[in-house]
Amino acid sequence: MTDMTTEQVHDVTVNVNGVPRTATVPARRLLSDFLRHDLELTGTHVGCEHGVCGACTVLLDGKPMRSCLMFAVTAQDHRITTVEGLCDAPDARPCATGERMNPAQQAFAECHGLQCGFCTPGFLTTVTAYLEENPSPSQEEAREAISGNLCRCTGYQNIVKSVLRAAEIRTERLEENAGESA
Amino acid sequence: MKPAPFVHHAPRSVEEAVSVLAQVGHDGKILAGGQSLIPVLNMRLASPAHLVDINRVTGIDQVEVGDDAVRVGALVRHAELEYHEGAYAALPLLRQALVNVAHPAIRNRGTTVGSIAHADAAGEMPAILALTGGVVEATGPRGAREIAAVDFFQGPLETSLAEDELAVAVRFPRFAPGTATAFAESARRHGDYALAGVAAAVTVRDGVITDARSSFVSVTDVPSVLDLTDVVGGSEPGTADWAAAAEAVRAHVEPEADIHATADYRRMLAGELARRVLCQAAENAATTKGSSDR
Ligand SMILES: Cc1cc2nc3c(=O)[nH]c(=O)nc-3n(C[C@H](O)[C@H](O)[C@H](O)COP(=O)(O)OP(=O)(O)OC[C@H]3O[C@@H](n4cnc5c(N)ncnc54)[C@H](O)[C@@H]3O)c2cc1C
Ligand code: FES
Ligand code: FES
Repeated sequence: MTDMTTEQVHDVTVNVNGVPRTATVPARRLLSDFLRHDLELTGTHVGCEHGVCGACTVLLDGKPMRSCLMFAVTAQDHRITTVEGLCDAPDARPCATGERMNPAQQAFAECHGLQCGFCTPGFLTTVTAYLEENPSPSQEEAREAISGNLCRCTGYQNIVKSVLRAAEIRTERLEENAGESA
Repeated sequence: MKPAPFVHHAPRSVEEAVSVLAQVGHDGKILAGGQSLIPVLNMRLASPAHLVDINRVTGIDQVEVGDDAVRVGALVRHAELEYHEGAYAALPLLRQALVNVAHPAIRNRGTTVGSIAHADAAGEMPAILALTGGVVEATGPRGAREIAAVDFFQGPLETSLAEDELAVAVRFPRFAPGTATAFAESARRHGDYALAGVAAAVTVRDGVITDARSSFVSVTDVPSVLDLTDVVGGSEPGTADWAAAAEAVRAHVEPEADIHATADYRRMLAGELARRVLCQAAENAATTKGSSDR
């Protein structure tokens, strides 16, 4: 056994939401805890810590992954997007409250896609990445896309609506962006 | 919960990984995608003193499609193999099975080789290695060796890999011309571990079945292959006795009961899924005469 008092630490640098961030942590620090405790980015939520609930989902190099099933040391030098970073996406826009929101965030707000909001960061990262792959899902596909995330408030009907609405908003904004640059 | 302390090793090459494994041996664990290992560490069901993290090892992240087999390196994530067009063309069974492995976020991280090394009989890819008659390429302090699937899976979560051996790659052999495959499983929610799953490969030549076999998910202790050629061989796909094949499958599997399903229900499911995938594979084999691309 490793002696607790002499547990090795590592300087871990991860690019989070476009900014290189460093903290000195033991090897056993989960990426989810690294984000929440060491970097104070508490948007990423932790539910089950065994990969089932999806609340901790972040984008690693653009792809959704469970941050509770990765060590911060392994994420060294990789690019992470947390829910806090979604509002910096090129298709994010200021909304009524003055905050910037990406299409998924805007759609969840419009369609009542959240109740307590605990599961929401995981849904938003998952849905954001999903729409990159499938920009106009059917209702059935939208349902399947979120099947890896659990919502204890059981708002699934509205979450499915939110995914479909997010796809619409995303398409509108892509068209606007194309119009602007033309 | 959180993992117990461990020393993290981040080798950059297979040689370096093997030399670290030689030193830490029985007190060490290989960390690939971590999608099976980290939950176990988080729950403190295991607390190895050393983790040999292979995520930075170079040269083991390739999918190679050859004339005989699809070779998958230890760092190929499930999702990469799933989306690999060459691998799909050579062995459609890989994608047919992979879409059933967990959810996309887990497939983006978990590796196919890790899943086989983990040897969970509820996992899809161990069953696919068995059905293709695949091979695990292992390297350790005593050199390199190849282990055939039949010798690899020893018991529940138990393989013939030594503690200090690294699975560098697995090879899934391609099927003979005239073969088609199918996969189906039943899970409580798409992406969850299957209550029962069945993979089938059927070869049709000159209109008759010359070979039929299947392998199973979640209903046997150890991934195993059932040869059904005696039951349906010589018949035409449309008139073969698929009910008899399903009966042979029900007799072969040894499901266990848990809170989600009784053993009898899983046995019934395995039989019905087998009937469907065998029939489907046979029909596809008959319509894509002589081609191994389906
Ligand atoms: C919520 C959830 C649902 C899941 N559902 C499914 C499912 O439906 N079907 C399914 O098949 N799987 C499922 N999985 C497991 C997933 O597929 C894992 O990715 C896979 O089983 C292990 O691969 P890994 O690369 O993550 O391995 P790790 O977790 O890193 O390692 C697993 C074990 O294999 C050993 N190992 C890993 N790589 C090697 C190697 N190259 N050489 C020697 N030993 C090695 C490790 O030491 C460890 O003992 C699920 C996981 C989660 C979290
Ligand atoms: S906290 Fe990571 S999946 Fe539940
Ligand atoms: S909104 Fe409460 S858990 Fe999903």
